[in-house]
Amino acid sequence: MSSSLSTVVPKAVRATPIHWVGRLSIELIIAVGELSAFVWILCRWLMARLPRSRVLWPILYEVGVRSVPVVCITGLFIGMVLAVQSYDTLSQLHFQIHIGSVINGTLVKELGPVLAAVMLAGRVGSSIAAEIGTMKVSEQIDALQALGADPVAYLVVPRFLACFLMIPALTMVAEGVGIFGGWFVSTQIYGVSSHHFWSFSDRFVSAFDVITGVLKSMSFGAAIAVIACHRGFRCGSGAEGVGRAATEAFVASFIAILALDFILALVTIQLLKLLLALGVQVT
Amino acid sequence: MLGFRLTRKNIPTGTQPSAIKRAEYASVEVPQIIGAATKKLAVDRRDSHPVAIELRRASRSFGDHVILRDLSLEVRRGETLVLIGESGCGKSVTTKLLAGLLEPTSGEVLWDGRPVRGRPENEKRRDRLRLGYLFQGAALFDSMNVFENIAFGLRENTTLTESQIQQIVHERLREVGLTDNVIHKRPSDLSGGMKKRVGLARALAMSPDIVFYDEPTTGLDPIMSGVINDLIIQTQARRHVTSVVVTHDMNTVRLVADRVIMLFPQNGLAADESQIIFEGSPHEVFESDNPRVSQFVRGEIRTRLM
Repeated sequence: MSSSLSTVVPKAVRATPIHWVGRLSIELIIAVGELSAFVWILCRWLMARLPRSRVLWPILYEVGVRSVPVVCITGLFIGMVLAVQSYDTLSQLHFQIHIGSVINGTLVKELGPVLAAVMLAGRVGSSIAAEIGTMKVSEQIDALQALGADPVAYLVVPRFLACFLMIPALTMVAEGVGIFGGWFVSTQIYGVSSHHFWSFSDRFVSAFDVITGVLKSMSFGAAIAVIACHRGFRCGSGAEGVGRAATEAFVASFIAILALDFILALVTIQLLKLLLALGVQVT
Repeated sequence: MLGFRLTRKNIPTGTQPSAIKRAEYASVEVPQIIGAATKKLAVDRRDSHPVAIELRRASRSFGDHVILRDLSLEVRRGETLVLIGESGCGKSVTTKLLAGLLEPTSGEVLWDGRPVRGRPENEKRRDRLRLGYLFQGAALFDSMNVFENIAFGLRENTTLTESQIQQIVHERLREVGLTDNVIHKRPSDLSGGMKKRVGLARALAMSPDIVFYDEPTTGLDPIMSGVINDLIIQTQARRHVTSVVVTHDMNTVRLVADRVIMLFPQNGLAADESQIIFEGSPHEVFESDNPRVSQFVRGEIRTRLM
């Protein structure tokens, strides 16, 4: 794709702002086009057949189980920090008994999914990009093809499924541990009563929030897997290429997570309004 | 001319291994004097063999960088074609085009006389299984052990039971001269020569008709290079495969080749010159008076000829 469009990009690089904008736009279009083509191939393989369990289980374990400790630790600290910061603000307004709703609402709606996704992008996304990149550099991808296995079906589909299916669980783990951290700091250190903590949480955090948060995390998981695998396949030569692919995978997935989070936050709020207008009970 | 049937039993000790291979492969009446005449005979006989794979005016470029331009070549069934040429002249790209691992930017690749382009993906994958490929760095999957590497193609593409697969893996390991105690080792624990041998065992696991060897002796010590050359000859003898060997090693050329093609980097040639600057028997390549060929073959340090 890049070769066919390379004729469009002027060879002698001119430095006027118009050239710069033009070049950037072409690069962006090429990148989006390549990624879309990649997603299309992935979807075709997803529909065609599921990976063998011998291939899928180890990846599920690597992506899911091995990510639990790091997700727990970050979740715990974020929950505790949230408690410290919100107590400080709320106590000035004498609203400290509402602390449960602030902590749990934030964790369930935003921080849980985003944190789990960022940890997954850092731990799994960059390692996927580096692994596939190394396989490409050392001709292992060619070897897969030569031995009758499609690289997308064999490498991308199981990694995509693992990220897509494991991130909801990781999100809920992060949320659960975060809520515990927040509860511990609020009640054991700041002396907010446990009853108030939970009753206000219950009043302000609905099942709708939990479900949309988890669904949101699945879109993050999909984005991480697609970006990381794509970066791996586009990896340049040598150790430098592999290193760059790993870094780019993390940075690109991080940006994608935040952008998706923003768009999905707008969408869920509109959805909630619609459901309320239709008279659906969402709490 | 007096001739006799040369079989494994009556080969005189110390005979050139390539002669053993040819005799076993073709099972033809070969002259008693093994030398240039034998090679000539072998080449002539194979001219009548059908073309197994073919490049027709194939070009390949990466970005703006043209590697191959209008290259046409044929590989006949049963022959051992050796591609030589300096680094970067497109030998590996040529074999990857032939093996269907890369697509030409323009031109055609034909397997059994039919273009590869346009075949349904499933058919292409099935046809590709008839090709075995030994990669330059062996390209063993480093997340798997030796057994899993060799069994990979069988597990992915066949419905063989685990015990049948085990049997084939053990057989292939023995064929490449390795014992069963390497079976649980990871590729990172193997030496260069062992990796190449496991790579060959993996390439042969599906019993291919055509085997590609990409620089099989590069980076190995002279003894291991000899072992690998010998394995190529043995594979040829045992399985009657078609082989395409990419190499810089003139010993390999001398020992295994039926036909030699020398490629020259595209950027060093005039626009109308073919990238194939030599085609002929291994005997002829060493005798060639083309300065570009003789400089490469003899490894002379001179200004690079353009």
